[in-house]
Amino acid sequence: MDERVAGALRLLPDYLGQHVLLSASSLLLGLAVSAPLVVLARNSARVRWPVLTFVSVIQTVPSLALLALFYPLLLALSSLSLKLFGHGFAALGFLPSLLALTLYSMLPIVRNGVTALLNIDPAVMEAARGVGMTPRQSLFRVELPLAMPVIMAGIRTSAVWVIGTATLSTPVGQTSLGNYIFSGLQIENWVSVLFGCLSAVALAVIADQLLALVENGVATRRPLRVWLGLALLVVGVAAAIVPTTHGAKSAYVVGAKSFSEQYILADLMADRIVRAGSSATQRIGLGSVIAFKALSNNEIDAYVDYSGTVWANVLNRKDSLPRAQMLDEMTRLLKEKYGVTLLGSLGFENAYALAMRGDQARSLNVRSIADLAGHAGELRLGTDFEFLARPEWAALRDRYGLAFREERQYQSTFMYRAVASREVDVISAFSSDGRIAAYDLVVLEDAKQVILPYDAIVLLAPRRAGDATLRRALMPLIGAVPIEQMREANQMVDRDENKVSPAQAAQWLAEKAGLAGLN
Amino acid sequence: MSQPIIAIERASKSYRNGQQFALHDLSLEIEPGTFVAVVGASGSGKTTLLKVMNRLAEVDSGTVRVSGQPVNDRPGHELRRSVGYVFQGIGLFPHLSVAENIGITPRLLGWDSAKIDARVEELADLVALPRNVLRRLPAELSGGQQQRVGVARALAAKPAILLMDEPFGALDPITRDALGSEVRRLHESLGLTTVMITHDVLEAVLLADRIVVMRAGRIVADGSPQSLVSGHPDADVRAMMEMPRRQAERVRAVLERNSHG
Repeated sequence: MDERVAGALRLLPDYLGQHVLLSASSLLLGLAVSAPLVVLARNSARVRWPVLTFVSVIQTVPSLALLALFYPLLLALSSLSLKLFGHGFAALGFLPSLLALTLYSMLPIVRNGVTALLNIDPAVMEAARGVGMTPRQSLFRVELPLAMPVIMAGIRTSAVWVIGTATLSTPVGQTSLGNYIFSGLQIENWVSVLFGCLSAVALAVIADQLLALVENGVATRRPLRVWLGLALLVVGVAAAIVPTTHGAKSAYVVGAKSFSEQYILADLMADRIVRAGSSATQRIGLGSVIAFKALSNNEIDAYVDYSGTVWANVLNRKDSLPRAQMLDEMTRLLKEKYGVTLLGSLGFENAYALAMRGDQARSLNVRSIADLAGHAGELRLGTDFEFLARPEWAALRDRYGLAFREERQYQSTFMYRAVASREVDVISAFSSDGRIAAYDLVVLEDAKQVILPYDAIVLLAPRRAGDATLRRALMPLIGAVPIEQMREANQMVDRDENKVSPAQAAQWLAEKAGLAGLN
Repeated sequence: MSQPIIAIERASKSYRNGQQFALHDLSLEIEPGTFVAVVGASGSGKTTLLKVMNRLAEVDSGTVRVSGQPVNDRPGHELRRSVGYVFQGIGLFPHLSVAENIGITPRLLGWDSAKIDARVEELADLVALPRNVLRRLPAELSGGQQQRVGVARALAAKPAILLMDEPFGALDPITRDALGSEVRRLHESLGLTTVMITHDVLEAVLLADRIVVMRAGRIVADGSPQSLVSGHPDADVRAMMEMPRRQAERVRAVLERNSHG
């Protein structure tokens, strides 16, 4: 079997179980919330319009944004609850995903339910009153049974939507089949992306068919089919969930943002923790800002960030300091403001850098950003999703007088592809990225030192500040990863031929750092 | 004169803010055991009159008494379980079997299943419904059979009063005639008080003990079929009530012409 397929299969029990648990919970909660709304909307035209509008508007919010928005909301609620009641709750992972998907699941259920109930033959409704039914008896004995086929159709649509959309819960820290897709996209493992898609599709088809069996049983008054369908659904959900809940809870959670280097470093840290005699799970594919918030909220225990990112995005500093001074200042401020411990720097820098194709740089005779300024008007800039919103882009633009002909944003993998295939000319590359060498790109010199230092730093959650095991496990990594090795490890994961998994690359890094056999 | 089983006193009900009356200061008393037919043009208030008797509609003013008790003294659904009602559109529950349709009111009243099953079979025999249709869904029955189910359902909880809103309107003439006679027979054998709305004057004349003619929410004529057919001061009533006799004469003329031909 292909190594990538085998690797994906190993992850399947965990990913599938979490995905099923999330989807089933969201759908059940969605049903529980929708049912009274449907009845209210049936009873009152005044409630109907706002309810139907609300569920429709929810549907128009892009699902990824809906998931992302629940994180800050829950974080605020959690800190409020911490102040009022003495304990908060996890704002990352399951809860925001559950709430967003629940809202998402409601439209087909509510709309079909209301439509079906409002379209019941008035003669039958009058007969229900005429034989002596109370409004409640009429609802449960006549209207709901008659509306059930249409309601079931809505539930089926909803189930398919939820299972598909649940793949987008990975960036808010919920493990799902989306982990295959997001990590596969980052490390260009298309087998993984395809595996994730196909698993989600298969899951949706199975759920849809079982619900169809229930629907058919309801419509044709065959209780056996209804119970069979429901029983198979319950058994299926239970079978998928059991393996994930069975294992003991890990002692530590290591976080990672969504790119190759982060996956490798998370594997490296998790491996160190395991070697130190403890256990670790990973929350990978976190959004850049979400990762720090999750850490300061004790939802993950450790992750690697970059000094310039923390300086600008977390501490909101617009100024720049010399490297060592910045690290000292940052260590003090993170402790003071967030209780976060800056354990130290891994030894390499992953800075933003403007890069262009070697052949084009040579023909235009461009070596530095200052040289680039004269040609920028004819060139196109490709960036990742956050670069253009960062203060250093504004600083670069102003200090060097950069004005490109066009600016385009890409997911970082496609950004490199875009410059290689000449769709853009200049990109916001990452200095530790193996693809700079692989695609023969030239990093342009920043003579004015506008771009901040981006030392890779290990951060620990407030509750882990004095944790001896974690320190013992991670301290040996400080200063142990030189830039050349990080670049090569990244390249091993990103290249098209002889690709290795992030775990294998982490193993290679550990060996190079002389940590492979040690505790 | 015995105490009326249904007594309506100065009842009014209007639509469109009093612009149009369904009942206009209407009073009516019905003796137990009477078969009353209510006739009148569309919009004359016939259906409203029937519906206020079991509170499917409420009067704006006036009182309605059933068995001596004002209908508003108890919850509407309790009243309706004690009064049989046959709907114009039949209104069988499409998701319930014929047996379940017939047994619905006893079930709401909390009868035990064995008693309900026995009652359903008894009713099937009573309305001449083959036993083998009991397990089917209403949609699988003919129109005539469906209306037999409607009548059986109305009678299931042994009501003293049977209200029927144009029960045979959608049936073919032969089925209609047969069912009409059977309902009259049930009325006799069960000792019912029956109020039936019809637009068919001949049906009213043939089945009822008493005919009530309505126009614009008022009763414009009220009497035995004999008295109304043999003449009435109101020209419209007279024209309507003489219709069966005129038709019968025309039929006789046709027959005679043919036999002489």
